Amino acid sequence: MRLDVILRVGVKLIIPFMLIFGLYVQLHGDYGPGGGFQAGVIVAGSVIVYALIFGIEEAQRIAPRRLVEFLVPLGVLIYAMTGVFGLLNGQNFLDYSVLAAHAPAGRERGILLVEAGVLVTVASTMVALFYAFSERGR
Amino acid sequence: MLLTLLVVVTIVIVRMRSLFGVIVLSGVYSFLMASVLMVYDAVDVAMTEAAVGAGVSTVLLLAALHLTDAREYPQPRPAALPLLVAVIVGLVLIWATYDLPAFGIADAPIHRHVAPHYLQNAIKETQVANVVSAVLADYRSFDTFGEVIVVFTAGIGVMLLLKGRRQRRDGSEGGLR
Repeated sequence: MRLDVILRVGVKLIIPFMLIFGLYVQLHGDYGPGGGFQAGVIVAGSVIVYALIFGIEEAQRIAPRRLVEFLVPLGVLIYAMTGVFGLLNGQNFLDYSVLAAHAPAGRERGILLVEAGVLVTVASTMVALFYAFSERGR
Repeated sequence: MLLTLLVVVTIVIVRMRSLFGVIVLSGVYSFLMASVLMVYDAVDVAMTEAAVGAGVSTVLLLAALHLTDAREYPQPRPAALPLLVAVIVGLVLIWATYDLPAFGIADAPIHRHVAPHYLQNAIKETQVANVVSAVLADYRSFDTFGEVIVVFTAGIGVMLLLKGRRQRRDGSEGGLR
């Protein structure tokens, strides 16, 4: 029916790799280039590509708008709670050294948690913006 | 070479009236910028520029174009005053560059303040091998928190703007859906 068979098949092939690459960029950020911002945009990009090819309704079946809009503040909350945890244990705000038995391990864990918060907020904000724009146009 | 291409793309963007072309070219611009950052070994920033500038923002701009007209209306009168302001600001900035330390020099102030401490102690203090990640998420955690808040606030703002208008126009669609 359509001439975009190549796009549809190609996108289906490429999206798993995009998601894996997003996770790689997120978790390998400790050792190589990358981190929450880049990974968040890559993960959001996979949802947006899916929405571009298969339509916004199909995309909202896997990433519903309610869920995406719930995740936007959740990421900020993860970040802030990581900071407040230090505060509750008698350290400064965002002092991660209390997150584990000795300080360097705690700081590594803190970086991981904070980057997870960044990933959640950035990815969901990008997808939510895309939804907002594309739904407004209809 | 890359910088020359950047200048060419910028001039074309300014001259072009078709907004679709402008969006495509701004994606090209971001990609060139990412290449320039790669040349300077700023891999983390290059990655962000390629993913955000060339990827997501191009898609978001195209989505915005969907809501507006695809052509820019020509300026009715020549803009002499803005041109004058731009030229003066540009000259002041060029004049200010004479006070900068020479490009890439090792004992510039930026390399002597806290940077040596980060480079020498980051792995020992945080167990994270990528110093950029250690600085962003640990030593400069407050700044990154601010950045996340900026992304959050901008997202909320755009969503409120786009949704609020639609509800008012439809009238019947009240409340959050």
